[in-house]
Amino acid sequence: MKNMLEVKDLTTKYITRFHEDVYAVDHVSFCVKEGKSVGIAGESGCGKSTLALSLMGYYFPPLHYTSGEIIIDGKNISGMSPDEVRLHILGTEIAYIPQAAMNALNPTQRIIRFIEDVIRAHQPKASKKDIYDLARKRFEILNLPADVLQRHAVELSGGMKQRTVIAISTILSPKVLIADEPSSALDVSSQKMVIKMIRDLMEMGYIKSMIFITHELPLLYNVTDDIMVMYAGQLVESGSAKQMVFDPVHPYSKGLMDSIIVPEEGARDIKLAAIPGTPPNLKNPPMGCRFAERCKYMTPLCKAYAVKMTDFGDVDENGSHQGLNRSYRCLLPVHELKASYESEAKGGAAI
Amino acid sequence: MSENGKSLVLSGSGVTKIFGSGAKKVVAVNKVDFEFHEKELVSIVGESGSGKTTLVKMLLGLISVTEGDIYFMGEKRDIRSRRQKKEYWKGIQAIFQDPFSSYNMFHKIDSVLLDCINMRGGRSLPRPKKIEMITEACSFVNLKYAELTNKYPFELSGGQQQRLMIARIFLLKPKILLADEPTSMIDACSRATILDMLLGLRNETGMMIIFVTHDIGLAYYISDSVYIMERGRFVESGKADAVILSPSAEYTKRLINDVPKIHSPWDFTKAAEGASV
Repeated sequence: MKNMLEVKDLTTKYITRFHEDVYAVDHVSFCVKEGKSVGIAGESGCGKSTLALSLMGYYFPPLHYTSGEIIIDGKNISGMSPDEVRLHILGTEIAYIPQAAMNALNPTQRIIRFIEDVIRAHQPKASKKDIYDLARKRFEILNLPADVLQRHAVELSGGMKQRTVIAISTILSPKVLIADEPSSALDVSSQKMVIKMIRDLMEMGYIKSMIFITHELPLLYNVTDDIMVMYAGQLVESGSAKQMVFDPVHPYSKGLMDSIIVPEEGARDIKLAAIPGTPPNLKNPPMGCRFAERCKYMTPLCKAYAVKMTDFGDVDENGSHQGLNRSYRCLLPVHELKASYESEAKGGAAI
Repeated sequence: MSENGKSLVLSGSGVTKIFGSGAKKVVAVNKVDFEFHEKELVSIVGESGSGKTTLVKMLLGLISVTEGDIYFMGEKRDIRSRRQKKEYWKGIQAIFQDPFSSYNMFHKIDSVLLDCINMRGGRSLPRPKKIEMITEACSFVNLKYAELTNKYPFELSGGQQQRLMIARIFLLKPKILLADEPTSMIDACSRATILDMLLGLRNETGMMIIFVTHDIGLAYYISDSVYIMERGRFVESGKADAVILSPSAEYTKRLINDVPKIHSPWDFTKAAEGASV
């Protein structure tokens, strides 16, 4: 399987109005294979959304590109100007669904006008009828009523608006879809409809790969193949969804997975583990491990050495290794971390 | 009127709220009955538009009740005058969904917390004593008063603001706390902290908490009993284990089915039901 999206050592920064550099995305590398989806989890302010913006190559002050490469289907887009990106990348290569997508629709326009805009930006000579036919066909496949096309945004419910926005942004069948919390403002049944639609898009091949950003871990587990956890601008652990939820290694991902709440039997007996403290200030990040201040297993070495992402040999259950490499960013060896989690779980049960 | 020796703190019979009239009549809350006992943690679960927030506003006395009666501490609630309302709010307080719009942005954090002490009748206390109380409240929610003093609420993050809200409640020690989706605007990691603090608050002060949410998993985790609300009515209520693990109402089943889970697969076949255009 070929790589749809490849990111190598991507670093981007914000320049504040006091001319300080804030590295919100710091040496992030990963790749997404064709037909695969990757989820990014992490608390607010860890750089998830900045990573999404950076991946599009859409840099506007105060966000600046620093170093690294973004390769979409063999085409390097790093270093392109925003205008080039808008012409050649957005819509056809990468589509982006922002968090408050449903508020992005101009209330004075009919839905079909937005679709015309998207298509005309790439094919200036497309006729109105072709556009309408394409839109109607796509809407029917996605179980959206075709009469939505002639309506205004205010006539639609929140969930419907969100699904319409997704349909509009994927109308040109992009290679990568970046969904930044597409369902966190919706209630559960609308959320499910949105997720079903994204899954349909993937299955029918209208989008080739996806990056899904949210802090809701049960959702991520159900939507994506692989999960990456981000902390203070860096990736701290990656692996398949199942490995990450049931067998996290990094202390931070372990903390995240312990905060999962689901309406299932036994969920009430779990002791929610809140991670104390706050993330470091990225204006002058600590030299060593960025999580050290909040980590239960901190050793004096942690604060002195910066750690790189290291692969460890866990392959997928079925032996295939098609998704993300299982890797983590911590000084402590895997077996030591796992042993301390186990002894803690036992200790908790004894009390 | 008691269950397991616990007395009723808040109850209502036939509570109804109707907005508008004639053809535009909207029945937001439709003849609901409820009985909340002391030290209980009750969740009200429903989707957007089911009337949760309208009910909360009625319980708080922010809007009038069209029909039906609300009983507070065994007596019929009477909050017609401003003085009565103030007295009532000493017994019932709320944490709202959006921490960013819960504060008056012109008031510093110090005055937000001092107001609480004054409301509890501590106006004549010496200042060092007040500061001591505030420091205690802040440390209860893992905030440091020394870092907060002379700041404005908007300088804090969403999670910190929500925790400050809990510090307020800690100072006020009301009989009832209404928490209207207190965790929906903050991320999953801070959510655990907030929930821990709410539970700690209940153990510390013995207040009754009404937790309003659309997340049925959250309701199951935190509450003793659960009320499920659909279109202004309670369609199911009972102990959390009974309602969530063996739901009887169709609506409850659908809500549970629609939540992503980790031990059982997420069923998409029923997704089309109940979805609105």
